[in-house]
Amino acid sequence: MAEFLDMGGYAAFVWTAYGLTALALVVLAVSSLRAGKKARDRVEQLRPRRRKGQA
Amino acid sequence: MHRFANPAEFNRLADAILPWAKVVMAAAFLYGLYLALYASPADYQQGESVRIMYIHVPAAWMAMFTYMVVAVASFTALVWRHPLALLAGKAAAPIGLVFTGLALLTGMLWGKPMWGTYWVWDGRLTSVLVLFFLYLGYMALWRALDEEDKAGRAASILALVGVVNIPIIKFSVDWWNTLHQPASVMRMDGPSMPVEMLWPLLTLAVAYKAYFVVVLLYRMKLEINLRKLSVLSSLEVQG
Repeated sequence: MAEFLDMGGYAAFVWTAYGLTALALVVLAVSSLRAGKKARDRVEQLRPRRRKGQA
Repeated sequence: MHRFANPAEFNRLADAILPWAKVVMAAAFLYGLYLALYASPADYQQGESVRIMYIHVPAAWMAMFTYMVVAVASFTALVWRHPLALLAGKAAAPIGLVFTGLALLTGMLWGKPMWGTYWVWDGRLTSVLVLFFLYLGYMALWRALDEEDKAGRAASILALVGVVNIPIIKFSVDWWNTLHQPASVMRMDGPSMPVEMLWPLLTLAVAYKAYFVVVLLYRMKLEINLRKLSVLSSLEVQG
């Protein structure tokens, strides 16, 4: 296990590269999903209000 | 409500594709990471640092692929005034920006131990940095103009002009002297890489492509709802 983590002495480079990649991809996906949910909720909120206003 | 008819169709299609894309993404990431970090051999010259290649090269491929998606979407939007195409470009750009940033960062982290430096101002690294700024410029133009149609048109024109950078990136390693190695997978005479290194690379490339599909669909749905919101709120103001 220690040998695996050491990456033949390149641990700092290999794990930083994989860590940054994982972080960036997760942040982009989660923020896209959250923004999408927020926008969808606001559309749902606005719609019935408008219909009531028209009626 | 007819103006939402097309997006409604799109939303149905997106919801049909998403679960499959997520399964492919999860499976390819798990298997790809297992191959890349554990099952594949160390390089006889580069040792374990070669494992950075398995996330660096797919990120660079996706950086260019996503740019072509933005460019084709922009062209479609400009020529046929296709509103969904315009939103597709807008939705894809942040994904391309992230992939380009990752290609640069993982490249630097690979360059330091192998070349002895994080950065050289050669054709390949510089043209990929230009790609990064093209994405930033495209996204900034979208925000710079209040009128969404005008903003979209300006951003689309920039995206099309920037296409000239893509062949420069591709051929930069052949045209100019560089520390960067030439292509070893996308070659006319076939890949020059041992198969036990090609597999993790291609598996993670599939994972990245599936990730792109998932996040693109999320973001297109987001953009459609934002468009709806601006229409609804303008109706409220008028009403």
